[in-house]
Amino acid sequence: MVTYILQRLALALLTVWAISVVSFVIIQLPPGDFVDTYITNLSASGSAVRAEEAQALRQQYGLDQPIWVQYWKWIVRVVRGDFGMSMEWGRPVIEVIGDRLWLTIVISIAAIIVTWGIALPIGIYSAVRQYSIADYIFTFVGFVGLAVPNFLLALIIMYFGFKLFDLNIGGLFSAEYQLAPWSWGKVWDLLKHLPLPAFILALAGTAQLIRIMRANLLDELRRPYVTTARARGLAEWRVITKYPVRAALNPFASTIGYLLPFVVSGSIVVSLVLSLPTVGPLLLRSLIAQDMFLAGTIVLLLGVLTVIGTFISDLILMWIDPRIRAGMHG
Amino acid sequence: MSAPTVEAAVPLVTAAEEKVAAATQLQLTWWRFRKHKLALASGVVIILFYLGALLADFLAVTNPHTTEAARSYIPPQAIHWFDEDGSFKPHVYALKGRRDMRTFKLVYAPDPADKRYLTLFAEGYSYTLLGVFETNRHLLGLDRDKPEDALFLLGTDQLGRDLWSRLMLATRTSLTIGLIGVTLSLFLGVLLGGLSGLYGGVVDTVIQRVIEILRSIPTIPLWMGLAAALPNTWSVTEVYIAITVIISLIGWTELARVVRGRFLALREEDFVTAAELAGASRLRIIFRHMVPSFLSHIIAAISLALPAMIISETTLSFLGLGLRPPAISWGVLLQDAQNIQALGIAPWLLIVAVPVIIVILAFNFLGDGLRDAADPYG
Repeated sequence: MVTYILQRLALALLTVWAISVVSFVIIQLPPGDFVDTYITNLSASGSAVRAEEAQALRQQYGLDQPIWVQYWKWIVRVVRGDFGMSMEWGRPVIEVIGDRLWLTIVISIAAIIVTWGIALPIGIYSAVRQYSIADYIFTFVGFVGLAVPNFLLALIIMYFGFKLFDLNIGGLFSAEYQLAPWSWGKVWDLLKHLPLPAFILALAGTAQLIRIMRANLLDELRRPYVTTARARGLAEWRVITKYPVRAALNPFASTIGYLLPFVVSGSIVVSLVLSLPTVGPLLLRSLIAQDMFLAGTIVLLLGVLTVIGTFISDLILMWIDPRIRAGMHG
Repeated sequence: MSAPTVEAAVPLVTAAEEKVAAATQLQLTWWRFRKHKLALASGVVIILFYLGALLADFLAVTNPHTTEAARSYIPPQAIHWFDEDGSFKPHVYALKGRRDMRTFKLVYAPDPADKRYLTLFAEGYSYTLLGVFETNRHLLGLDRDKPEDALFLLGTDQLGRDLWSRLMLATRTSLTIGLIGVTLSLFLGVLLGGLSGLYGGVVDTVIQRVIEILRSIPTIPLWMGLAAALPNTWSVTEVYIAITVIISLIGWTELARVVRGRFLALREEDFVTAAELAGASRLRIIFRHMVPSFLSHIIAAISLALPAMIISETTLSFLGLGLRPPAISWGVLLQDAQNIQALGIAPWLLIVAVPVIIVILAFNFLGDGLRDAADPYG
């Protein structure tokens, strides 16, 4: 059990390291270093930077040193919580990101809960009533969800909301709460706006989950213990929910590992269409403006949070599945 | 005494069974696949789409790059199939420009009195068909071809370009980017998955960890970061290649997983051991004995990887980080439909979503059918 946790932890750390390298590469990719960008920005606003000032800046950020030294300096600062300055906003990156990161997480978690909420009952129903009309309909709807890229789904829903109900479905807050400080009223307002983006994000993931649930449950339903339970006169719904569903749930929980990166990815694009105040629109804007510290930090934080989420799901899985605890599935 | 004659009278194997027993793997796969009607239909749809992509310019009506500000946002023209006398003469009403006296904008409205008849193989802009023939014939066109006449089957965009013609060329771009991307992914997947499955040990561990890491990173922010770094000065072709590479660099993991799994399973098979004992070289074992038995699995994995590639390109271009105008792809077209204002004025821009959804659905059904058929013995 300890070995399992250590293994997952080591992999998580390795992944975090890989993400940090990729984020650093993204920061470095645009031609010229960020002092160049800084100088250009300053001279655009009228103030000039002297050559020695530029040199001092370069030295301060270690831009005259080899790339791995630069990476090291950057990562040390990041670990201390200093993500650098945003060129475009003239403020520390972490301030610019602010609440947006948490809202991204809230939306992603909500989407996963909705995915489960849809896929679990449908998966059970499709397995128990295999080849029924509803089974086919659900499978088809699931496939459509899989096939429609979620930004398209968001566009289509937004269009019809506008056309048929004259609703503007964008945003996560009503106008009066947009800039207000956090309060219970604002939280309630957020909860009211959450279902739609969560549903749009969730639909893409449900198809696969329904299929996994259905296949697992079908395997379990054929086991002799189910026949035994029936023969003993247990009520049908109790036969199904008490044992086979629980056994079929295990692989279900493990899917969070792929579901989370998928949902986080999707939230970026859906946020852009529905103009949600998550990191999505900020990332796009910073990339277009070549505000690289901001962009790199967003990629880094999203990646790290996803890894942490996956790691937590591994722990939950271990808690649910005694076979992993016993080291059978190391 | 009579026992042998009875056995001779009742053959142990029926003709149908013998046919199955003698069939090659490919035949078995095909027979199994044929039963999956939805997958079969999807296969036909996909072939039609690729044919359309091949003949994109022929199917286009007007030059998809020609802009005309005055023709901005013209709604789709309805085709009227029959003339008043009931004869089959497809036509559209000519568009008549009229100045709106309130907004002073030129508004085009169909004029029922002025009919334009459709013809097949009409003359239009010149292009090279299939990269060989220089021609100016298009499948559809208008009878009387005056410059001010134009056929807008799906309406026009903000710059007055014909959406139908643009959609034809977009289909070509988006479908081929998927194909090229999958080829690259396949190469990486087969190479790394094969190495992983064949050698095992440290190589396997390293490659598996790399795959796990890649799969646990949210891909879209990563793609966005990489795609945004492409210099603005690059040509359309250079960006096209770069985007394909970026997408396939991350997309190969699933293919590698399939290949590795198959390699591991087949390594234990008796026929592989037999080939080894018979002294076949490693390459011969792989290509003559192992690859044919998991080829169908790879094909199934490809047809499931293709739609993912297409979605990736569409998403990136939609965000403005993928292909850039003047390149035309589904994502580039959908970018015009990005905000509710544009959709309110020109809802037909959303039509582009239809082929996207159809192709991705078809690929998914096809892949599903192929995956089931890949194991015809099961």
